[in-house]
Amino acid sequence: MSVFTDIRRTVYGKERLRTFSIGGAHPPSCKLAAQSATEEMIPEGTVSLFLGQHIGAPAVPVVGKGERVKTGRLVAKANGFVSANIHSSVSGTVLAVEPVADLAGRRMPAIVIQVEGDEWEEGIDRTPDIANDISAIDAATIIRKVSDAGIVGLGGAAFPTHVKLSPPQGKRARTLIINAAECEPYLTSDYRVMLESGEQAIIGALLLQRALDAPEAFIGIEVNKPEAIFHLQKIIRERGYSIRVVPLRQRYPQGSEKQLVEAVAGRRVPSMGLPVDAGAVVQNIGTALAVYEAVQKNKPLIDNCITITGRSAPRQVNAMVRVGTPLSKIAAWAGGIPSDTGKIVCGGPMMGKAVANIDAPTVKTTAAILYIPEREALRRKESNCIRCARCVRACPMGLEPYLLIRLTQCGRYDELQTHRTYDCIECGCCLYSCPARVPLLDYIRIGKEKIKR
Amino acid sequence: MNTIIISVVTLSLLAVVLAGALYVVAQRFHVEDDGRIDDVEALLPGVNCGGCGFAGCRALAEAAVRRPTMEGVYCPVGGGGVMDAVAALLGKAGAAQAPEPMLAVVRCAGDCTVRPRTNRYDGAASCLVMHRLYKGDTDCAYGCAGHGDCVRVCAFDALSINPATSLPDVRNDRCTACGACVRACPKGLIELRRRGPKGRRIFVACINRDRGGTARRACGAACIACIKCQKVCAFEAITIDNNVAYIDFTKCRLCRKCPGECPTGAIREAGFPPAGMKG
Repeated sequence: MSVFTDIRRTVYGKERLRTFSIGGAHPPSCKLAAQSATEEMIPEGTVSLFLGQHIGAPAVPVVGKGERVKTGRLVAKANGFVSANIHSSVSGTVLAVEPVADLAGRRMPAIVIQVEGDEWEEGIDRTPDIANDISAIDAATIIRKVSDAGIVGLGGAAFPTHVKLSPPQGKRARTLIINAAECEPYLTSDYRVMLESGEQAIIGALLLQRALDAPEAFIGIEVNKPEAIFHLQKIIRERGYSIRVVPLRQRYPQGSEKQLVEAVAGRRVPSMGLPVDAGAVVQNIGTALAVYEAVQKNKPLIDNCITITGRSAPRQVNAMVRVGTPLSKIAAWAGGIPSDTGKIVCGGPMMGKAVANIDAPTVKTTAAILYIPEREALRRKESNCIRCARCVRACPMGLEPYLLIRLTQCGRYDELQTHRTYDCIECGCCLYSCPARVPLLDYIRIGKEKIKR
Repeated sequence: MNTIIISVVTLSLLAVVLAGALYVVAQRFHVEDDGRIDDVEALLPGVNCGGCGFAGCRALAEAAVRRPTMEGVYCPVGGGGVMDAVAALLGKAGAAQAPEPMLAVVRCAGDCTVRPRTNRYDGAASCLVMHRLYKGDTDCAYGCAGHGDCVRVCAFDALSINPATSLPDVRNDRCTACGACVRACPKGLIELRRRGPKGRRIFVACINRDRGGTARRACGAACIACIKCQKVCAFEAITIDNNVAYIDFTKCRLCRKCPGECPTGAIREAGFPPAGMKG
């Protein structure tokens, strides 16, 4: 009997496992690093903190060249409401505020800090004790602390969390959904967070729930992580927290906001809308942990859990890595880049980006370093579209990818609008399922950009 | 046999009835069009390149007929001769306000020998897709991607990717300066510049805005903004902005001092007789 059926029988009775209704793919999960306990990496040399590592206006630096900073010190201030603070992830001296090449090789403004020791700002509680008393904290305090700590959505979009916690006028979030689906193959950082800091993450979720004044809260986890489901349920039962774990059928892209709202709450997010239009707010489990640390421990967002994995990786590693550490340093620390590597992907294999510059620093949302062996690295040769409509069946947003790319290639941008190109979530299911290997998503992205203008 | 007769008769009847209907409709709803539009359109090159700023040749012809003067109506492909003919046909004065003859110029000299490939691009063969994804397969984020978006939009076959350099070559005799390639290049490398007397011109074949050292490491033919050219120029034609030099073709007198000064060879000259033939 598989673990899968086992979970179904013992824990959830006859109830069908929930998931979203249309499209999706089922890539092999390959969670190679699942059993590796999280290690901590203290960087050496220099770290570079990008000023624009979130959605919205880039932050404005508040430190100058030659200034000494301690770990956790504010180094760049949010520029407006939709923006986020940036804190020094190390202690040391500011070398410069200058353009640094990012993952794609483009030079973006960043604060470069020379690491000297690891001295923390006063007021940051670094003890491992769990501070589970949240009775005295009100919503405004939580939102202020989250905003001060520079927390952004760690699921990948890097949307400033305090903005998400302040729904627009007239809209109210009834449901808070904590996204722990981790549907991307290979990634195990959220899984390790749940196993190792499960209670802290749950307290963070409860803080988020209070900030939103939401009557109900759920944690959505895919069933390929049974230990995480059991572990969180055990904590919730023992401590009597008012949050529910919802096991989800394994399916990509379950961790996408709109799909998750449908899977967990059974409500559809309208086209062009936000989850709050369906009365829900989705936050990643990593974000929940960061919120706990910010509110209860005064620790700003300066590190995150990164999975370093790949079929031929010397060591499968999950590591707490300081923001701004160069990827090359992390790779060397974790045992080096395997010799048969053809491509390094930053993030999961479905939505991650190929690394063009291995010396690029990490950002707050960096989730993984994935080594793809030479033989799997290249795309297979593209052939002609045979109108098999597999992309249509795979699209979780109900779009027609084959049509969208033809319209983009022909420059018929006005028709892209009528075919709802703007709804594309860039999950890559179409590309994954295409037997002709047509670069569908590449062109849809171009189309999306064209209609934005 | 019967079936054949029935179908032939039915279809013939249908054809007659429908032809009649079409004739009636054509008479009833006939739109009186200005006949001159067709005449003007016949004079135009008819490639619908859009270089004039209108949707195509027909749109330009309509504008030429409807507008009181010929101002703003100019076909860069046909040039002054065609516009004179159009003005004469329409009896309008002030036609051929012919701008100087222009030419598309690719401002990148980073061929395979000077600009090494540092990674392998494996995505869709389109400059736009590649540019949206990342800096490109060399360390220069500004240089030519070499996938030929400009070649595909050229209606005159004036552009082709040179397999030796993987940069686009412009065939000066075919280029009509319609500007389609300028709009197609996602990196903004192509510029319309003055053709120059006898086709002679000097330009900076680089737009790399990185600092000198970074630019030089990425590409041996990059402009490093050393301002040598600016110092030697007697006509203030050279400006240096964002770490890259630019020669203003309205001021340049083609004295040919700057190309020799350039340490990387980013300043290119074209159309001059080969050295040694002078005098």
